[in-house]
Amino acid sequence: MNGNSPLLVLDDVHASYGNIHALKGVSLRVEEGEIVTLIGSNGAGKSTTLRTISGLMRARAGKILFRGEDLQARAAHELVALGVALVPEGRRVFARLSVTENLEMGAWHRGDSQGIASDIDNAFTLFPRLGERRNQLAGTMSGGEQQMLATARALMSRPSLLLMDEPSMGLAPVLVETIFETIEQINSEGTTILLVEQNAQMALGVASRGYVLQSGNIVLDDDAASLRENPVVQKAYLGMD
Amino acid sequence: MSTLAANWRTVIRSGLIAGGVALYTALIGMLVAFDEREVVRNSFTLGQLLLVAPAVLVGWLTGRKSIEVPAVQLLLRGLVAGIVSSLPLLALLLVSSLVNLRTVLINVDKDLVRLISFDHGVGLSGALILASALGAAGILGAFVHLIPARLRHALLTALAWMLGAGILGELVRQLLSQFLDREALSWFLRRDTLKPEPAAVLFAVVLLADLFWSWFRETRGRREGPAPRALQFTRVGGLAVLLLLLPLLVGSAISDVLSNIGLYILMGLGLNIAVGLAGLFDLGYVTNFAVGAYTMGVLTSTGVLGIENKMGVTVFNFWLVLPVSLLVAMFTGFILALPVLRMRGDYLAIATLGFGEIIRLLALSDWLKPIIGGAQGVLFIPAPNFFGVELIGPQRLYYIILGACLLAIFVSSRLNNSRTGRQWMAIREDEDVASAMGINTARSKLLAFTISAATGGVAGAIFAAKLGTIFPTSFNLLVSVNVLSLIIIGGLGSLPGIIVGALFLVGLPELLREFDEFRLLLYGTLMVTMMLARPEGLWPSAVYQREVRRGEERAPPQAGEQAA
Repeated sequence: MNGNSPLLVLDDVHASYGNIHALKGVSLRVEEGEIVTLIGSNGAGKSTTLRTISGLMRARAGKILFRGEDLQARAAHELVALGVALVPEGRRVFARLSVTENLEMGAWHRGDSQGIASDIDNAFTLFPRLGERRNQLAGTMSGGEQQMLATARALMSRPSLLLMDEPSMGLAPVLVETIFETIEQINSEGTTILLVEQNAQMALGVASRGYVLQSGNIVLDDDAASLRENPVVQKAYLGMD
Repeated sequence: MSTLAANWRTVIRSGLIAGGVALYTALIGMLVAFDEREVVRNSFTLGQLLLVAPAVLVGWLTGRKSIEVPAVQLLLRGLVAGIVSSLPLLALLLVSSLVNLRTVLINVDKDLVRLISFDHGVGLSGALILASALGAAGILGAFVHLIPARLRHALLTALAWMLGAGILGELVRQLLSQFLDREALSWFLRRDTLKPEPAAVLFAVVLLADLFWSWFRETRGRREGPAPRALQFTRVGGLAVLLLLLPLLVGSAISDVLSNIGLYILMGLGLNIAVGLAGLFDLGYVTNFAVGAYTMGVLTSTGVLGIENKMGVTVFNFWLVLPVSLLVAMFTGFILALPVLRMRGDYLAIATLGFGEIIRLLALSDWLKPIIGGAQGVLFIPAPNFFGVELIGPQRLYYIILGACLLAIFVSSRLNNSRTGRQWMAIREDEDVASAMGINTARSKLLAFTISAATGGVAGAIFAAKLGTIFPTSFNLLVSVNVLSLIIIGGLGSLPGIIVGALFLVGLPELLREFDEFRLLLYGTLMVTMMLARPEGLWPSAVYQREVRRGEERAPPQAGEQAA
């Protein structure tokens, strides 16, 4: 393995919903150990990018390489085994399963029941709230708790790349802070993260690099600190004049 | 003041809704049709019961909303709701006395007028009697709330038993005639109608038994935790003996009904795998039933279409073809699932609905006539032979169906708790996320369709051997609708629920011929009522129950409450 080759590369990826051309040539790369964020306004194509990477949508053109392997040749359900896990937009926990059962679903492809049990314990250490509610039905929990569960569920597959889609959506500011602290903690334990966010302020706070997506095109690409200083970003995404 | 006015507005509005229901049942001819069956001889008919039922119900409902008001107020509201509910029928009486409504509304005939005026005609006396009867019914409904809880439960249970025995008079006769001679039987029933004396005795016995039971339970204290092993064993053993002896106890006619219920349970178990576990709304389940039946028919028939006459092969018998039917149904299920794998929800329902119709049309078609007989169907399908005993007649076929059901229940419950079952549940909850978790959704959906089809095929094969002849008309949309309805009414994903649902939806209409004409109406009403009152089904699965009823403290459902 060449330590210098990026973990994930998107090269000129196009995708569309019927006639609507949602991604018009997106190129980005994520290095091992990084947090990379993809920011942009509603409808810019952020979620489409993640859906395309995770195989829930097919790209019309372009390449998606994970550790040099073409993800386009893989079905969506094969990605977990490669080490790619998704925290979907809007949480989408299994509402009628309990917290523990949701976590077990996250470890679906794994066969080691002891490892799974200890990972569930780890998840409860990372998110004590989930531990308190281990037997509760996921659908009956608050938005913040569901976000924690969706994140913990994705971690259950021991991914090397975590794709997070709008983890702050619909959450109270206090909870958003907690979620972003957790994101940093997960990253510090060795998981690479591609973070899609509307909350550019928070996202650029934790990320090392960022991409700005606008109507299906990457318009800016820089390290997070520079992006925060960029007048265009400040005006459009950080709400500064 | 304004809340008081609002309360009365609600009372009047509910009364009018109940009146609308009563008027509707009158205009579609349901009242008169039901009037032909007496519940208790020379006392009251099913039609009269149906006539007052909306008023009683609305009285009960308004009473439930005003539980904290003084008793007189409560009863007054019941009275008003009941009288208001008579208004539409009063209007019908008035109009029918002025013009001949029969030219347009054919069900507004003398019989209807006689029924709703309680034999007093269209004049003032008839109108007064109707209004006061429904008013009294409203008071009665409201009064239920004033009875102490324990007595109320006992009274309602006793009433449910009495009405049940009266309405299912034919069943009672069949059961009793196994043990009693003609003379003893004639004390209970005249033809299929319960006599007043046994009705009163039944009411009293159930009332006392229920009171005694609740007193007994209270003094002994409720037992907590699971029943001891010995008791569980006795229960299972008792149930097994009962199931084995059932056809001997109930006689041939009821055994036939039981066999039909059994076939629907079998299909329900199969469809439950697709709908209840994997969330795949399959509206074409009849396809599998038809495939199984035609496989059995063509391979075993001794008629012109049979393989025996065509090719001179005589090795096929029921037992050999049963697994063949299963495999053929699985194969068809698999093939038909392929094109719909990417469809979800309503789209899937529409596509499978289409498959059901295609199968029916293929069975009817001239194209396949040389093989499966077209409209003439397949004749001379022999009954199964079990070590020299010909299993002809419902009392013997019952055992084959029982065996198939038990096997299907075993397989279903194992699947339910397996890794495969969990996989289906995840797909039902969220297909995208399931595949992101690493579940091969296409393969897992194919598996659900295929296993589900297998059960349907077995049901079809037994059906063909049971009837001895099969015709395309047996394989219509209604079969799919019936099976889906019984799953939903029983409780989606619940195995006991399927049995309860089949008893309700297949058993009841078989025993109540009057219902047959209104079967679909009954289904619709039941569905809507269920969705409002018990969205989790009659006997819900544990998972569904904890979801729908979360946070609500709720006593276990009791027979009396449901019947009321």
